[in-house]
Amino acid sequence: MTDPVLQLTRVGKTYPGTPPVPSLHDIDLTIHSGELVAITGPSGSGKTTLLNIAAGLDRPTDGEVRIAGYAVRRLSDRRLSGLRAYHLGVVFQQFFLIDHLSAVDNVAAGLLYRAVPPSERRRAANEALERVGLAHRAEHRANRLSGGERQRVAVARAIVGHPSVVLADEPTGNLDGETGAALLCLLRELNDRGIAIVVITHDAQVSAAMNRHVALRDGRIVHDDGRAP
Amino acid sequence: MNGPPYPRLRGADLARLAIVGPRSRPVRATLSILGIAIGVAAIVAVLGITRSSQADLLARIDRLGTNLLTVADAQSLTGERVQLPTTAAVTIARADGVRHVAPTADLPGVQVYRTDRIPIYRSNGIAARACDAALMSALEGQLASGVFFNAATARYPVTVLGHEAAQRLGIARPEATTRIFISGHWFVVVGVLRPFELAPEIDHSALIGFPIAAEYFTYDHHPNRIYVRTDTERTEAVVDLLAPAANPEHPETVAVSRPSDALAARLAVVDATTSLLLGLGAVALLVGGIGIANLMVISVLERRGEIGLRRALGAARRHVAGQFLAESVVLAILGGGVGLVLGVGVTVTVARVQGWSALLPAVAVWGGLVAAIAIGALAGVYPAARAARLAPTDALRSV
Repeated sequence: MTDPVLQLTRVGKTYPGTPPVPSLHDIDLTIHSGELVAITGPSGSGKTTLLNIAAGLDRPTDGEVRIAGYAVRRLSDRRLSGLRAYHLGVVFQQFFLIDHLSAVDNVAAGLLYRAVPPSERRRAANEALERVGLAHRAEHRANRLSGGERQRVAVARAIVGHPSVVLADEPTGNLDGETGAALLCLLRELNDRGIAIVVITHDAQVSAAMNRHVALRDGRIVHDDGRAP
Repeated sequence: MNGPPYPRLRGADLARLAIVGPRSRPVRATLSILGIAIGVAAIVAVLGITRSSQADLLARIDRLGTNLLTVADAQSLTGERVQLPTTAAVTIARADGVRHVAPTADLPGVQVYRTDRIPIYRSNGIAARACDAALMSALEGQLASGVFFNAATARYPVTVLGHEAAQRLGIARPEATTRIFISGHWFVVVGVLRPFELAPEIDHSALIGFPIAAEYFTYDHHPNRIYVRTDTERTEAVVDLLAPAANPEHPETVAVSRPSDALAARLAVVDATTSLLLGLGAVALLVGGIGIANLMVISVLERRGEIGLRRALGAARRHVAGQFLAESVVLAILGGGVGLVLGVGVTVTVARVQGWSALLPAVAVWGGLVAAIAIGALAGVYPAARAARLAPTDALRSV
């Protein structure tokens, strides 16, 4: 099997406070390139904390996280930012597009912090938009797009830099059933081309569309059908 | 293994990021730069107007000449008035470097009226003064109309009016029959002078000849004010020679002055008001800086989502800080630019109204812009630090 793109070993996370709030316990999770994973669980089960840690946006209090082979614990904040810039793509429930920029400029922002020259950024962004089926909307401003289109732009931004893994937090949460289903199709298509995708969701339908299923409850993994026996 | 590469942001991209905020909220950005604009406009206009007026003053001093000196009688050490000797003008004329000498004498108690019907107490503040034709060459005077009296006509009751005196008496151009009434005697007005900037006392006088002054009034052949025109390059040396030349026995009772010094003094006076106005401009700049800092703090709060997104896309703390700092500087530069245009506009308008040529010191332009940029950078430090400190997870959660 190939090297894991994401490897969490005995990861725990406790938020400081009085009393401290434990969120994750003993998470062991390994994701290889090309996988299509759903992480499910009810609200408060620690899904978002897990995504933040997996996306290098937060650090665990216990255990070890390796992203694209790099041990997060040993990285400075600046190196960790570099890891996000070069190896990770993230899709949020709220899209987070910059409204007054065009679709293609929003996608190109995915390469902004790699110092890629503007012309090269636009070329890659147009290519990514084509892959998500939005080439015809490239020059439209983000706030003129529909919800489904906006989320596709966000997906294009996540994949524009050819990351090792794309993490999506409730990507269909703000979409209606039909556009949500279309987005899932898109994620499957991208996965078919070899991109590892991890979707965090509480939606059984979304989860069903994925190949591997990981269930969280009270900060622990209670089910993982991809775990090596 | 060293770890992944550092994230990098191109300078041109940073510049583009700096206008994201102002572009999405143009009205707010416009309001926030007003303080800086007003401050820079004030500084540029004050310095511009000052420089223009000083240049005008210098040009006037240049035109009037700095080589005119006056010699007047003064008080002795014991406090009594000591008259200049009757021979003072002659002895002064012998001094080295003196080109023209023109003695004049006040005629105390002699009043000037338009006609003999004017009540005696309404003398209009016009003095009668005795002189001769040398006055015209010493003061480089010019006649607005008519002629000056000469050695021959000075014996007759004729008068030449100073500019201001002619206006107060209502005489624009003298005709052959124009007469005025000087302390019981009719005098024919033969000429009217143009104003003398360096000898305003002449402007308020009715000038008459020495012989007629001696005949009608109490003129005793003692001059009390002598105008001396020197060789320009020897003026300084001549100043010291004049008192002993005028009164060799008591040089301490002679007052020598240089009228152009009064004009030159005005150059220095300008500075006091200038620094006051510059101070006001600086206060406006400071308030403008606080306005920008305020806007940026609000902007950081409002754009937490954007900050979180940029961190997720790989921006390091320094990139987020740089973006907000650059935005603050961009606002300040915009404010400075607007202020500069306003300041130049005000300077040019004032100069045109006053008839000066508009001059703008380079230090005003560069100083104003540099001050604006420095204040923008200072105003951006705190908001930028706050934005950079924001944890990405907090930033993303808050939306």
